[in-house]
Amino acid sequence: MRLLISQLTHRYDDLTVLDGVDLALNEGEVLAVIGPSGCGKSTLLGIAGGIVAPTAGRVSVDGPVPDGCLNPITFIFQDFALLPWRTVEDNVALALEHHPLPAAERRERVNDGLRRMGLEEFRKALPKQLSGGMRQRVGIARALAVRPAMLLLDEPLSALDAQTRELLMDDFLALWRREKTTALYVTHNLDEALRLADRVVVLSRRPGRIREIVTIEEPRDRRLEASAQAHLAEVRARLWTLMKAEAQMADREIARA
Amino acid sequence: MLDSQTTLAAPQPVRFRGGGFTVRRHPWAALAAFVLLIGLWEGASRLGLASPLFLPPPSAVGAALAGMILDGSLWLNLKASLLRIGVGWSLGTLGGMIVGFAMGIGSLARAVGVPLVSAFFPIPKIALLPLFILWFGIGEPSKFATIGFGVFFPTVIATYSAIDSVPRNLIRMAQSFGLPWRSILRSIVLPGALPGILAGFRITASIALILVVAAEMIGAEYGIGAFVLMAGNLMQTDTLLAGVLVMSALGLTIGTLLSVLERRLLVWR
Repeated sequence: MRLLISQLTHRYDDLTVLDGVDLALNEGEVLAVIGPSGCGKSTLLGIAGGIVAPTAGRVSVDGPVPDGCLNPITFIFQDFALLPWRTVEDNVALALEHHPLPAAERRERVNDGLRRMGLEEFRKALPKQLSGGMRQRVGIARALAVRPAMLLLDEPLSALDAQTRELLMDDFLALWRREKTTALYVTHNLDEALRLADRVVVLSRRPGRIREIVTIEEPRDRRLEASAQAHLAEVRARLWTLMKAEAQMADREIARA
Repeated sequence: MLDSQTTLAAPQPVRFRGGGFTVRRHPWAALAAFVLLIGLWEGASRLGLASPLFLPPPSAVGAALAGMILDGSLWLNLKASLLRIGVGWSLGTLGGMIVGFAMGIGSLARAVGVPLVSAFFPIPKIALLPLFILWFGIGEPSKFATIGFGVFFPTVIATYSAIDSVPRNLIRMAQSFGLPWRSILRSIVLPGALPGILAGFRITASIALILVVAAEMIGAEYGIGAFVLMAGNLMQTDTLLAGVLVMSALGLTIGTLLSVLERRLLVWR
C-alpha cells in the first residue's frame, strides 16, 4: 500500500506546526521522519493515520490491501498505549474485538502476535508486571494481530533504555525482513533512522516543512557490517548537519519565547 | 597536612552516616494506645474524677451495648438506618453516575451540567429535609430523598472527573484500531474511570452516614440517629455512647467493604 500526503498544513489555534508538506511513502518502504522537538512529526503521523484532522491538505492511500488485513494503517505508540487493566493477551485481542472473526482465528492471531514477539509465557501478565521493552513488544504484537498494510510508528523506542532499543531494533529488522510492511517511522534518534529506514525525511523546526529527503543506499541487513560504515557515516554527517542547524534555531526560539 | 596524610595511610572503616528517616512498623502500638486510653477513661470514672452521668465508663457503655443486642433494639434501629442508607445511597449513586457519565462524554451535557452542579452542590442537604417532608411526607421517602440528593452531586462530580482522567492516548489508540464508540466506552472509558468512581463511593458513603443520622434525629421513630437522640433526651449517656459506637462500627464496616471492593476490582493498579 502507498501513502500520499499532499500540501499538508496543520495549525493548533494560531500556531502553525506543519506547512505545505508533500510526501509519498512507497509500497514496502520504511521512511523515517526526523526533526527537532515540536516540528510536528507526531502530528504528521496522526494526520497520516486519520486520528488528527488536518487544517488543510490531503492524505490518501492506494494499492492493494493484503489478505486478512483488518486495519490497513496501524499505529505503534511511544507510550505503548496498553490498557493497564488487561492482561497481555487481552491487550493484543483488543484490536480484534470488533471484527466478526471465528473464535479459532481470533485465538490464532493473538497467539501468532505473542509468539513472534516472544511473549507467550507472559500472556497472563498485566502491563505493570512487564519491563518497558516487553510492554512495547505487546504494542507490536497488537499491531501485528490485525495484519497491517502499513505501520505508523511514533517514536516507538524513545521511552526505552539504550540496550532495550537495540533489541527492539533487531525485532523491527526481523519484521521488515519477513513482511516488508510499509512503515512511516517518526524518531528524533539518528541511529534508529540509520539502522531502519530506506529514506530519511528531515523536517525543519516549527512550522515543519521538508528540508531534505536523504536516501540510505546500504541494504538494511548489512548496515552493521564494516563495509557499510563509510556510507552510513557520510549519511549520518549529512543528516546531522541538517538537524543541528534546525535544532539550534528551535532552541533559540524556545528561549526567546 | 603531613599529619592527615599519616592518619589516612592506616585503613579506617567508613563511618556509617545513613539510616533514620524511614518508617518502621509498630504493629502493637495502636492496640496498646487504645487499651491505654480506655483504661485511663475507666480509671478516671471509677476514681470519681469524671461524673458517670456525663461521661459513663467504657464498662457501662459496653453493658448498654450488650443490653441493646439482647433486647433487640440494636437490630431494630440498625435495620431502619441500613435500609435508609441502602436505598438513598443507591438512588443517588445510580442517578449521579448516569448524569456524571453524560457530562463526562457529552460536551452539551457538560456545558449545561457543570453550572447546575456547582450551584446545587454547596447546599447543606439536610436543610432540604423539611421541604422533602412536605413533598413526600414524614415517612421513609423524605429520608431516601435527603440521602439520595446528598449523594447525587458528589457522585456526579466524581464520575465526570474520573472520565476526564482516563488517559486520552488510550482512546486515540482504540480509535486508531477502528473500535466503535460503544466499544471504546465499554472497554476503555468505563474501566479507566473505575478508580475515580470508587474513590467517590468512599466520600458518598460517609455523606450518607452523616445524613441518615441527621434525618433520623429530625423525624424518625427508629434508626440509630433517633436512638441516640432519645437516649440523650433521657440522659442515658451510656446508651447514647453505645449508639455512637454502633455508628462508628458501621462507618468502619462500610469503609472496609469498599477497600475489599477496590482491591478486587483494581488489582491492575
